[in-house]
Amino acid sequence: MNWRRALIAGAVAIPVLFFFAWGLTRDPGEIPSPLPGRAAPDFALEVFAPGEPPLARAVGDTVRASALKGRIVVLNFWASWCLACRDEHTILSQGARAYADQPVTFLGVLYNDEPRKGNAWIAEMGGQSYPSVNDPGARTAIEYGLYGVPETFFVNAEGRVVRKHTGPIPAAVLKGILDSLLAAPRAATTP
Amino acid sequence: MMRRTLVALALAVAGAGAQAVPESLPPRADSALEARTSAVAAQLRCPVCQGVSIQDSPAELAQQMRGVVRDQLAAGRSPEEVKAYFISKYGEWILLEPEARGFNLLAYGLPALLIVVGLGVVAVVVRRNSARAPAPASAAVGVDEEP
Amino acid sequence: MTRLIGLDALWLSLAVSLFGVLLVPAAIIRRRPEWLAWTRSAVYTNFALLTLAAGAMVYGLVAHDFSISYVAQVGSRATPLLFTVISLWGALEGSILFWAWVLAFYAAAVLWVNRDREGTLVPYASAVILAVAVFFGILLVGPANPFHLVSPVPPDGPGPNPLLQNHILMAVHPPLLYLGYVGLTVPFAFAVAAMLNGEVLQDHWVVLARRWTLVAWALLSAAIIAGMWWSYEVLGWGGYWAWDPVENASFMPWLTATAYLHSVMVQERRGLLRLWTLNLVVATFVLTILGTFLTRSGIVSSVHAFTQGTIGWYFLAFIGVVLVAALVLVAGNSDRLKSEGQLGGVISRDTVFLLNNLLLTAFTFTVLVGTLFPLVAEAARGVKVSVGEPFFNRMTLPICVALLFLMGVGPALPWRGVSNDEARSRLLPPAVGAALALVIALMSGVRMPYALLAWVSAGYAIAAVLREYQRGVGGRMRARGERWLVALVRLVRGNRRRYGGFLSHIGVFVVALAIATSSALRREHEQTLRPGESMSLAGFEIRLDKVSGREEPQRAVIGAAVTILRGGAVLRRMEPRMNFYPTQQSPVPTPDVRSTPAGDLYLTLMAFRPDGTTATIKAIHEPLVPWIWIGGMIVILGALVALWPTPARATEAAA
Repeated sequence: MNWRRALIAGAVAIPVLFFFAWGLTRDPGEIPSPLPGRAAPDFALEVFAPGEPPLARAVGDTVRASALKGRIVVLNFWASWCLACRDEHTILSQGARAYADQPVTFLGVLYNDEPRKGNAWIAEMGGQSYPSVNDPGARTAIEYGLYGVPETFFVNAEGRVVRKHTGPIPAAVLKGILDSLLAAPRAATTP
Repeated sequence: MMRRTLVALALAVAGAGAQAVPESLPPRADSALEARTSAVAAQLRCPVCQGVSIQDSPAELAQQMRGVVRDQLAAGRSPEEVKAYFISKYGEWILLEPEARGFNLLAYGLPALLIVVGLGVVAVVVRRNSARAPAPASAAVGVDEEP
Repeated sequence: MTRLIGLDALWLSLAVSLFGVLLVPAAIIRRRPEWLAWTRSAVYTNFALLTLAAGAMVYGLVAHDFSISYVAQVGSRATPLLFTVISLWGALEGSILFWAWVLAFYAAAVLWVNRDREGTLVPYASAVILAVAVFFGILLVGPANPFHLVSPVPPDGPGPNPLLQNHILMAVHPPLLYLGYVGLTVPFAFAVAAMLNGEVLQDHWVVLARRWTLVAWALLSAAIIAGMWWSYEVLGWGGYWAWDPVENASFMPWLTATAYLHSVMVQERRGLLRLWTLNLVVATFVLTILGTFLTRSGIVSSVHAFTQGTIGWYFLAFIGVVLVAALVLVAGNSDRLKSEGQLGGVISRDTVFLLNNLLLTAFTFTVLVGTLFPLVAEAARGVKVSVGEPFFNRMTLPICVALLFLMGVGPALPWRGVSNDEARSRLLPPAVGAALALVIALMSGVRMPYALLAWVSAGYAIAAVLREYQRGVGGRMRARGERWLVALVRLVRGNRRRYGGFLSHIGVFVVALAIATSSALRREHEQTLRPGESMSLAGFEIRLDKVSGREEPQRAVIGAAVTILRGGAVLRRMEPRMNFYPTQQSPVPTPDVRSTPAGDLYLTLMAFRPDGTTATIKAIHEPLVPWIWIGGMIVILGALVALWPTPARATEAAA
């Protein structure tokens, strides 16, 4: 045995192992969105589920992202066929009510689904406090770089995406993000 | 009971597939545009699949993304601009092949380097260990040697 | 009850394996070589215990014993019996159990085949295999324990992953893969044993390692082909290889094992490349473990990645031990492995073999770089990137073409060196084959440059190999007056390794041509049809008849009934389907394939209206695809010819 050479060779393995160990702490499924920090992509989508007063919007109304400037927007992509969406439904519906008197707008965006089924799902879940719009052809979903549902985007008063949450959103996370956005100094354009 | 609900739910999913079916059948496709669309789509990764391009994937989102590619190309954008659009939405992750610049060059360069160095090593080994002239069959030659 | 039998068998197996491993240092330190005989008992007992554990699991699955955690995880009363049995390897814990069983089987098989061999090589090698078995034993009683108690016992389970219960090939591909993959532990064990007992310069470990590598290589080849076939028949995109990490994980050891099978010929013939060949044996094993680590730990994203958990850390620790031990042993022995032989000449088969090894190594390295690069880029730049098919095609196609070409040059040249004139007279004639192939390819409409290069190279190589057969047969016919068929059989029988190898090469050419042509001439068309309407592709008329749904015990199925016509005549009825499983969010497609030797018509149902008024169908026409599977079988047949023991070899092996 040539021990000197053996030890040198053995030492070569160490950095490789450290590299893999670091890799184990990563999640390959978690891909950061490039959107936070950028202007929220615009959209003009038709309301299919009105929501409930005081947050209701008439069915058939067109919601434009540009018209929501000055308000904090919680954009939640969902579908009736999405099992995980059931987990966050109540949290979002109650969250929208809790912030009803603040400059916060909740908006559901239906992803790859039919409005009829979306409405049936809302009825089955016991109603939704805020309105939902339909996204035919998933054009807006692609504009937002959607991987799947549910995903929730937070847009600040200046119309910039500040945060993206993948998967069902926990109540504490929702509250935390909204409170920090509300505490931030208002943009000059606030009406 | 539980199972029945699940099956019903599954069939609800079935309905989601219907969304992709357009009301009117598509007009006769423009084959040049289709070819350009396929070429770009083959370079973009399907976000809801694993490692498959949006060209190959049967997933609904992939088909819709292909539609976006087609529309943008039809509107006069270059393939590079279309790819840049998807990068701005999904990050570099969306490209099935890393752009050959900067750090990514490592992925392209290392295998090439190995071949170049390897060819040098082979040359040295052959020169150092070869018989000077076509040698008569040596003792090490087994039964396989041609007559 | 079943659960406890299985669990106890696992614990006992771990104890027995550990005992078998520790025997070796104990025998050396206490100078009691006769203790080594006990490794035999340890190996056989371990095999019996793991057979018991695996049998208990299969029994639990079939009996729907949902008190066993693994059964509760993958079992379901609605799943057909066959898929219930094969869900043994459908999820992480079961696959580790199956792996451990295969490993125990190999350990027992190696001992049994070499039961009359004296010396320390076989006991040492057994101990190395048992050491690997200890690792899997630890997994099985630890993070991958399939025999946890579930309480309260659920009345039913979710059933196996839908993708894994969609096709009969799921009963074939995984066992072949494990047999091939795990089998590569055996040559590694012989290599380590030879380094430990100082016999690394002797020949018998080389012979043993080579034969067991060939066994594992043939099984792994079969597994890779079966895996391609499975993804083609099941995944619905008309492809058979996506460069997914799990595919790369099985392909990398195949490449290094292939390189080894060639370099060992130079070693046996010339006494050269000893250190290199040893490295290939070690690298092949390390790549099997690395591949498993990559796909089981969730460190890279993959289609088939099982759920993540702590198991990655166990694998990492094991890779650490294997890597450090292997590097230390090989480097420590490197002085002894100095080459002493001489190559045949500059223009000789030797040189071609060296180039072949370089290319196969570069191929492996490219696949490794591509597989790991997303992780490297994230570490270095903090950005997630993807490395997929376009990268791998761009990087590996030149290597593939060069390898195909060398597969023609190699057989055309003798082992001894030749003069330039003789080289010319040997290398030029097969060019006729290349020219012929080019004409055929162009006439068939192939225009893609790489596909044309593949045709030219393979045409050259096929001509060169056929010429070798012809020279051998012709020589016998002239010298001994034999009829050609008799001469062919006797020629092959006289040198199974050589002519079996050539046969495998012919299989590779068939696969390569089929892949090149099917990708170059692939045509696809997607259209939404109403019942009664049709679309056309590659001369076929594809008519939608009906969209209908039905419920099966474990799933709901939507099928599009389609009639294929050509020139107004009905060729066949097909039914691409979509399957909806209660536990799966998105549907699992079942494409329908019409295969003929000329090519496949591949139909996928992409979308439909629930009321059955329309269906969107994607049709793909891919020429020559069935020849990939046929070529794969020829490759395996060649390996079998090479493996079949000749009477002379059998006595030599027993001696």
